[in-house]
Amino acid sequence: MKSKIFSTIFLSAILIFGSCSKELNTTPFNSIDQNSALKTSSDVEGLLVGAYADLGVADLYGGGAFVTADLLGDFNEIFWGGTYPGMTQIKNKAIPVDNGFVENTWTGGYKVINDVNNVLSAITVVSAAKQNRVEGEAKFIRGSVYFDLVRLFAKAWNDGTPAANDGVPLKLTPTVELTGAADQIPRDKVSVVYNQVIKDLTEAEAKLPATNGFFASKYSAAAMLARVYLQKGDYAKARDAADRVIKSGKFKLTQANADGIIEEFLYTRAKAVDNTSEDVFAIQVNTTSGVNTFQTFYSVLGRGDITLNNPHFQLFESNDLRLNLFYDDGQGSIYSTKFDNLYGNVHIIRLAEMYLIRAEANNRLSTSVGATPQADVNTIRNRAGLASLTTVTIDDILKERKIELSFEGFTLHDIKRLGVSTGFFTGGGGLPFTSPKLIFPIPKRDRIVNPKLTQNEGY
Amino acid sequence: MRKISIFICTLLCSFSSLFAQTKEVTGKVTDAKNGAPIVGATIKAKGYNNSTTTDADGSFKLAVDGKAVVMEVSYVGYNSQNTTIGNGNIVVKLEEADRSLSEVVVVGFGTKLKRELTGSVAKVGAKELNNTPASSFESAIQGRAAGVLVSQQNGKLGQGINIRIRGSASVTAGNEPLYVIDGIPLQNTDLSSNGATTNSLSDINTNDIESIEILKDASAAAIYGSRGSNGVVLITTKKGKAGKSKIEFGYFTGKQKPTGKRDFLNAKEYVDYFTMAAANAFRLDSGFDYVAYTASRLKRYSAGNTDYQTAKVNTKWQDQAFQEAPISQYDLNFSGGNDKTTFYMGGQVLDQSGIIVGNSLKRYSGRLNLEHKVRDWLSLGVNMSFARTINKRVSNDNAFSTPLQIVALSPITPFIDPRTGLTSGALDLNTGNPNTNYPVYYNPILSVENTKYTTSVNRTIGNLFALATIAKGFTFRSEFGMDQLNQNEDQYSGRLTARNQGVPNGSGFSSSDQILNINTNNFFRYVSSFGEYHDIDIVAGTSFQKWQIVSNSASAEEFPSDSYKKLNAGASKTAATSTASDWALLSYFTRANYKLKDRYLLSVSGRYDGSSRFGANNRYGFFPAVSAGWILSDEHFLKNVRWLSFLKLKASYGLTGNSEVGNYASRGLYGPNAYGGLGGQSPTQLPNTNLKWESTTSLDMGIEASALNKRVTVEVDYYERKTKDLLLSVNVPSTTGFLSKLQNVGKLENKGIEFTINTENIVSKDFRWSTSINFGANKNKITDLGGQQIGTLNRAQEGQPLGVFFAKEFAGANPANGDALYFKNTVKTDGTKDRTTTKNVNEAEDVRIGNPNPEFIYGFRNTFTYKGFDVDVLLQGVQGNQIFNGGGQYMSASGSNGFDNQTTDQLAAWKKPGDITMVPEARLFFANGTDNSSRYISNGSYLRVKAITLGFNLSPKLLSVLHIDRARFYVRAQNLFTITKYKGWDPEVNSDATANNISLGNDFYSAPQIKTIVFGVNIGL
Repeated sequence: MKSKIFSTIFLSAILIFGSCSKELNTTPFNSIDQNSALKTSSDVEGLLVGAYADLGVADLYGGGAFVTADLLGDFNEIFWGGTYPGMTQIKNKAIPVDNGFVENTWTGGYKVINDVNNVLSAITVVSAAKQNRVEGEAKFIRGSVYFDLVRLFAKAWNDGTPAANDGVPLKLTPTVELTGAADQIPRDKVSVVYNQVIKDLTEAEAKLPATNGFFASKYSAAAMLARVYLQKGDYAKARDAADRVIKSGKFKLTQANADGIIEEFLYTRAKAVDNTSEDVFAIQVNTTSGVNTFQTFYSVLGRGDITLNNPHFQLFESNDLRLNLFYDDGQGSIYSTKFDNLYGNVHIIRLAEMYLIRAEANNRLSTSVGATPQADVNTIRNRAGLASLTTVTIDDILKERKIELSFEGFTLHDIKRLGVSTGFFTGGGGLPFTSPKLIFPIPKRDRIVNPKLTQNEGY
Repeated sequence: MRKISIFICTLLCSFSSLFAQTKEVTGKVTDAKNGAPIVGATIKAKGYNNSTTTDADGSFKLAVDGKAVVMEVSYVGYNSQNTTIGNGNIVVKLEEADRSLSEVVVVGFGTKLKRELTGSVAKVGAKELNNTPASSFESAIQGRAAGVLVSQQNGKLGQGINIRIRGSASVTAGNEPLYVIDGIPLQNTDLSSNGATTNSLSDINTNDIESIEILKDASAAAIYGSRGSNGVVLITTKKGKAGKSKIEFGYFTGKQKPTGKRDFLNAKEYVDYFTMAAANAFRLDSGFDYVAYTASRLKRYSAGNTDYQTAKVNTKWQDQAFQEAPISQYDLNFSGGNDKTTFYMGGQVLDQSGIIVGNSLKRYSGRLNLEHKVRDWLSLGVNMSFARTINKRVSNDNAFSTPLQIVALSPITPFIDPRTGLTSGALDLNTGNPNTNYPVYYNPILSVENTKYTTSVNRTIGNLFALATIAKGFTFRSEFGMDQLNQNEDQYSGRLTARNQGVPNGSGFSSSDQILNINTNNFFRYVSSFGEYHDIDIVAGTSFQKWQIVSNSASAEEFPSDSYKKLNAGASKTAATSTASDWALLSYFTRANYKLKDRYLLSVSGRYDGSSRFGANNRYGFFPAVSAGWILSDEHFLKNVRWLSFLKLKASYGLTGNSEVGNYASRGLYGPNAYGGLGGQSPTQLPNTNLKWESTTSLDMGIEASALNKRVTVEVDYYERKTKDLLLSVNVPSTTGFLSKLQNVGKLENKGIEFTINTENIVSKDFRWSTSINFGANKNKITDLGGQQIGTLNRAQEGQPLGVFFAKEFAGANPANGDALYFKNTVKTDGTKDRTTTKNVNEAEDVRIGNPNPEFIYGFRNTFTYKGFDVDVLLQGVQGNQIFNGGGQYMSASGSNGFDNQTTDQLAAWKKPGDITMVPEARLFFANGTDNSSRYISNGSYLRVKAITLGFNLSPKLLSVLHIDRARFYVRAQNLFTITKYKGWDPEVNSDATANNISLGNDFYSAPQIKTIVFGVNIGL
């Protein structure tokens, strides 16, 4: 009797354990294996959507890459009152090589690039009808990110010889497994990176449809190209690209409402809103995904770390409707209200910028492709409630650009391409555009794991 | 058949005894040493079955068969005695048993006599644990076990406590020991959603614990194989004992306070300081009117008036972060049994307020431990406990809303805004919206008043077991255990928290997690002696564990009013997720102990573990250990050494593992990544199919000795633990699109020495004084990280201990101009370091500026008993570690990082050329010396009066008048005072917002530890 009980226990124990070894084959619930991630067309399209999400992270196109560019390029318009030491360092132009914001922009950039490299390597999985669009979007994203990385982390195009200056490492294939030393890639030259950017964006423009919901369209790519060519000082190509965007008729400047608020920047309450007619490309933010870093730092409803100083307001004519885009707290602080919506989309490229690029390029080339510089500038002025100018000089155009695009991430890059010092528009006297302090350091973490990465001057 | 005959025989005997002549035997049982009555001793006539136990004054009365001659008297912990029945009262004086010989230690899958132990095991008993006024038992073992470093992150209730046994063995994988309660591995997963870890061990009632054994070396821990590298903590709960049933009631109540405070500027100092900082900034940058700006800011922070100029308002904000904090605990338990069944049933209510405003913990718990002999060869049992813990929590240390960040507010800011009559920061009169720029930061009191964040846990831990005797000395034990945890987090932040939450109309969050952790152990044990000299004890079996979690959470915004706090009222649901995860572990284990001539000891053990976390190629690992001991004192050549009572040499060597990494760590993964309302995915993890166990080889050599009639006992251990194939999150070039990959790279080692000395200093009839000292020194060193360095401030770096601080070496203020200076410390061509200074922080090298790991830790305990009084004093200390004040860049920043109130040491700032000071010139917004540097490092050593108990036991006489068995009144103080050079709140600190394996010794507005005084009573019936 007793021995029976024991043999039963013993046998059942063995049986239990025989079956238990199968229990070691677990499967993740919240993620999937990379080998089964890109099997169908919609899998790859899903990865492309994920790439937009990674593009929209806080320190990249969520706005961080532009807020820091404005802080670094600022001379006396911005007052930084925040407590993030990393931002203070950028504002003070004394950036340690382990600055977290700088690091996030760099690492975030390469994460997106890996996403789209994966999309491109799986492009044959995408159904034929969608292949062009998917490829175009992936290349738009890759070109855009490389453009922002190279202009933040390397010498400007017009600073010395682009073919000799170190740019950023170009990685054009996906990483599915580590390969050791082969993963340690050196920086490519500035000109090489620019060429890749232009190649990607040009192909994107060719492949993308004219409209594409809130995703990148043909004209998003053209607009980004216009920005890139302008940065290079290739005015003819910049002008033509901007002209293609304007001429497409897909976009329209928003107008001021009855309260004198330009609708592009209208804030009612914290809620998700669609792209406006003026948005050529915007990062989508809603209550469940996305973040608007402009809101975080500029808005009095966010952290309100950035307030604005007098020299900025001296640029304005008194009846400029864009003066309505500020909030004076009556206690000595003036905030920009351009970005008050916590869930507002991040405006990456607005139509207004295209008018200003076309105007500047036409002016410099003494051409009138699409419209005269005067007409384009007046388009922007009139929308802001200002009277038309009868003649425009390059200074008028640059000043209009300065006001219209203020705090949207143009300060540093405009200083550089114009070859002037910081504070150029507000009295001058800052750092020359070639100052090494106006270039981000290559993040320390990457230089430790990749000895082939050279550091920028001054770090 | 035999059983039936015994039964009949017994029946007959008892039947016949009815007719037999009986006589009544009376007597008293006392302690031979001090004459105190022994309560509950068992009295039995030899050869007869009926028995009784002694009452409260030690006396007994028993009717025995007239033919009985000898009485047997026995009591746990005393040597049994036989006495002849004579005329009149029998007085029996029981000698206390030699505890060192009979002391039993719980080890994995069994118990062992302490004298025969060849591994290293520290034991903390119920006496030390009981009535510790803290929510979690780890606090009770702090300072009581050599080489066991217990550190609580801060003084918030129910939050993380870190235990390191003989140092950290891993860089990326877990470093916490494995906890096993009554044979069942406890799950210890952090389920917190607020960035600071919770402590799931606080669901266990400390007063239910009979003993805690800490398995420290490989020989002891290898039977837990893959999870033994960080040591194993075995918790054994109380069982009933045959004999008179006991009723015990316990209660204590008391108050708690913070152990320390920091000094901040008062209103006048604040205004003067920032006025000076503004003037200095203007001197350097005349492009901006810092002086006028500062005046307008001071006015703003002074609630819009000029009171700041006269220091009319001087708010001590720090005091507002603390509260009156009562603590009470009620215990009621019953225990007892007979020779077939024993039981222990206990219940407890703990009601504890935090010292931090808004923080509290309540726990209701119950336990039933039952064991029954079904047949003489089979016993069954159950150990079952449940607990409900309700923890009201505050934000993590790195949140504006955490109460202690209130110290950043200006002393010129009134607590109540005179313009509104409301808490400062509550409402902006212009807009009716919550204030966004007054006071200088979000006022955490608004969160205390308008946020509720409650974590409730229902926890059931239990196991069923059966123990069958197959043959003499041959048993089979089967255990099935379960640890089930259901947690709910419920949070609502009202409108007034908008500045902090960034959401205007209320936000709520709710989460629920269900963890089911099941475990079964099945093992045989064979104990036997061969011939005269050979003893063996063999254990072999299997174990299977499966852990599963299912979690849901949701968030919402846009509530109709703050009266609505549940998500059903939130119009905008901003997040909803459900996730799940699991892992499984299948194990085979064995251990064989061999004892020759009662003095040569040998133990061999091995465990073969398979884990679901690793790839199929490297799923299984084998973890063997061997140990030996030699009891020299039993040898002939030492028999005549009178003063030496006991001497044992022991050594062990073995391999243990660690697999405390993510559940799917070896796979290449894609995860969800939504954008613009569309589902998306992206790569999240690189694959590593070769991922395998991290393993630690440990060597331990020790001596145990006692002398002078066992008045002095000493245990000394030396150990070396070498960990290889570290499960390391290795940084990879980010151009790959990834930041790191888990790989088996690197080695580290821990070497150390531990000793414990127990002495009985005075043993007299009325007075007894004993002392216990424990000491542990551990040296941790990372020997190989594949060339990489992890972390910036706290680092994992080759040649250095884990978590070592690296930053610039601060050189104080430039006497000429007040600039913050750093030593360059760059290596010159001749190999020496450049000791010149620079104000450009990028020109200075990072150097080692401190070590968060203590050089040694110690405990020093003295107990005194005099008649009914007893005093127990435990001192506990940590020596040779440093603390980095991460909040220094704000609170001790020479006023150069904004309007944060400053610590008073900043008054020593540089003011004029020639000033020699370590505090640079105050310059508003100039970040003058705020980079990470040795400026913010300080000595973290401390010696603490950890626990003092003063107790009084009612005399036996009084007890018998009151008809109770036992009554004890006591006063107990915890963390009564601390001797330290640390200028912060408390040197036992590690910010809950950043704490991990590497990030150690950081103070970031961390709540100080709790100083507690309670009055208590224990009554036994």
